[in-house]
Amino acid sequence: MAEKKSLGKEFTKGLIKENPVLRLVLGTCPTLAVSTSVMSAVGMGASATAVLICSNIVISLLRKVIPSKVRIPAYIVIIASFVTIVQMVVKAFMPELDEQLGVYLPLIVVNCIILGRAEAFAGKNPVLASAVDGLGMGVGFTGALFCMGFIRELFGSGTFLSGIAGINGGNGIAVPFLNENPMLIFVLAPGGFFVFGILMAVANKIAEGKGLPKAELHGCENCPMASSCTIIKKDECKSNEEVAVK
Amino acid sequence: MIEIKNKLNVSASPHVKSPKTVTGIMLDVIIALCPALFASFFLFGPQALAVVAVCVGTCVLSEFVCRKVMKRNNTIGDLSAIVTGLLLAFNLPSTIPLWMAAVGSVVSIVVVKQFFGGIGQNFVNPALAGRIILLTSFPTAMASWTRPLSWQAEAVTTASPLASMYDEAGKFTAENLPSLTDMLIGNRAGCLGEVCAIGLILGGLYLVIRKVISPVIPLVYIATVGVFMTFAGGFNMEFVAYQLLSGGLLLGAIFMATDYTTSPISLKGKIIFAIGCGLLTSLIRFYGNLPEGVSFAIVIMNIFVPHIERLTAPKPFGTVKEKKSKEVKSA
Repeated sequence: MAEKKSLGKEFTKGLIKENPVLRLVLGTCPTLAVSTSVMSAVGMGASATAVLICSNIVISLLRKVIPSKVRIPAYIVIIASFVTIVQMVVKAFMPELDEQLGVYLPLIVVNCIILGRAEAFAGKNPVLASAVDGLGMGVGFTGALFCMGFIRELFGSGTFLSGIAGINGGNGIAVPFLNENPMLIFVLAPGGFFVFGILMAVANKIAEGKGLPKAELHGCENCPMASSCTIIKKDECKSNEEVAVK
Repeated sequence: MIEIKNKLNVSASPHVKSPKTVTGIMLDVIIALCPALFASFFLFGPQALAVVAVCVGTCVLSEFVCRKVMKRNNTIGDLSAIVTGLLLAFNLPSTIPLWMAAVGSVVSIVVVKQFFGGIGQNFVNPALAGRIILLTSFPTAMASWTRPLSWQAEAVTTASPLASMYDEAGKFTAENLPSLTDMLIGNRAGCLGEVCAIGLILGGLYLVIRKVISPVIPLVYIATVGVFMTFAGGFNMEFVAYQLLSGGLLLGAIFMATDYTTSPISLKGKIIFAIGCGLLTSLIRFYGNLPEGVSFAIVIMNIFVPHIERLTAPKPFGTVKEKKSKEVKSA
């Protein structure tokens, strides 16, 4: 029973409390780049989730075999293999999605979320917990991407779910008014940053309501490398803002 | 006993207080905007009135609602939302659909001002950010000008002076331009508030006399553009005059670049800020894709303000500059 409960926690922490995009601020580049429509955002989220779960499982299985000195290259090789598989699957079955995601699909290899989870969690936890952790983080990532994609597509092009062949011949559901007067800024980079910032504020607000600490960009608590960090003393950590100011 | 108490007011510093209040300053700015405002009503007719009313109304309303939702004290009494609304309306063409003006106002107040903490906390000028977001979102609606005084008859669309001052070979020509007198009084195409140069200068003089703004930023800004255009235009003074009077340069230099929150405090900082604004405006106008660059120039320099302030922090009286040695650094 206790085991089950903790597994549930591993899953739910990725949704809001440790949401990789909105609270840990990881994987920002794909988040901003592919969230111009719901279709590409969810496609990206699903691909990353698949890679995340698989790589977490394999890294967890091999955690006692991989020497700690070469763990990063080893992780990258494992992650790259799964990314290649996912890329081939997407290319074969969803060529349009592949076109939309472009270079960001192979770039999942260097996605901070996946490497971060490998380093912070899968490298030192049992297989089942790692898989659940990967699933939770992946769902959190996909959820955040969906929210951004939804808002940006709705206001930026006035449609919902465009790009899916089954719905209105790939044009998506046209929202009245917004479709005739799209606000171009939402699909451009500045609009992406604004939506991202506002969603982060909302996530902080929700997390605060649950009595969780605010996401902080400095300090070691939220650093995905915290548990494996060789600099144990906080003051010596280069990313600690206070030290940088000194 | 009681009388002595009343005479000897014991309190913590500050003991000398300026009579200036935020509300008073904002009221002065509103008064200073009036000449250009009335000129715009006269030039563009009821459409201008409607745009101004929508902008001001939406700004005040969104400030009120936003403060209410965030459970903060109400700040619409300081009139800053009215100033933002007026300035945003001044930066829009009179033909803009009213709902777009409302969207711009909400963005200015909610996203740029209140999300960053309200008055005094905005990271760039709210009205300019609103204008830029509208410009990037609805490029066509934001660049369709009507000829002034044509509102009684059917509105005639026309190009703005900045867009029509070059001939096909890209050389300056005054052929299609209104006369310089028309440029001064505002009989030319453009945004609501930017056309009447005399009205803007009058407002600027009022602000300087009332000591609401210091004349450093506007003068250095306009001078920088003037010097750049003198050299870039091959010493053609007519070209320089048109460059200074057209677009939103006067409006931006007098009313936008001097915003307290987003401009440096020290004299040195003000000069650096204004030169930066002037150079960016000139570069965008001369080499960029867009005909007008005032709003982008000011917003970009707004973002640099904290760094300018850090570089130009005045030295406290009597302090000696610390010697840079390795020991000091590591300590």
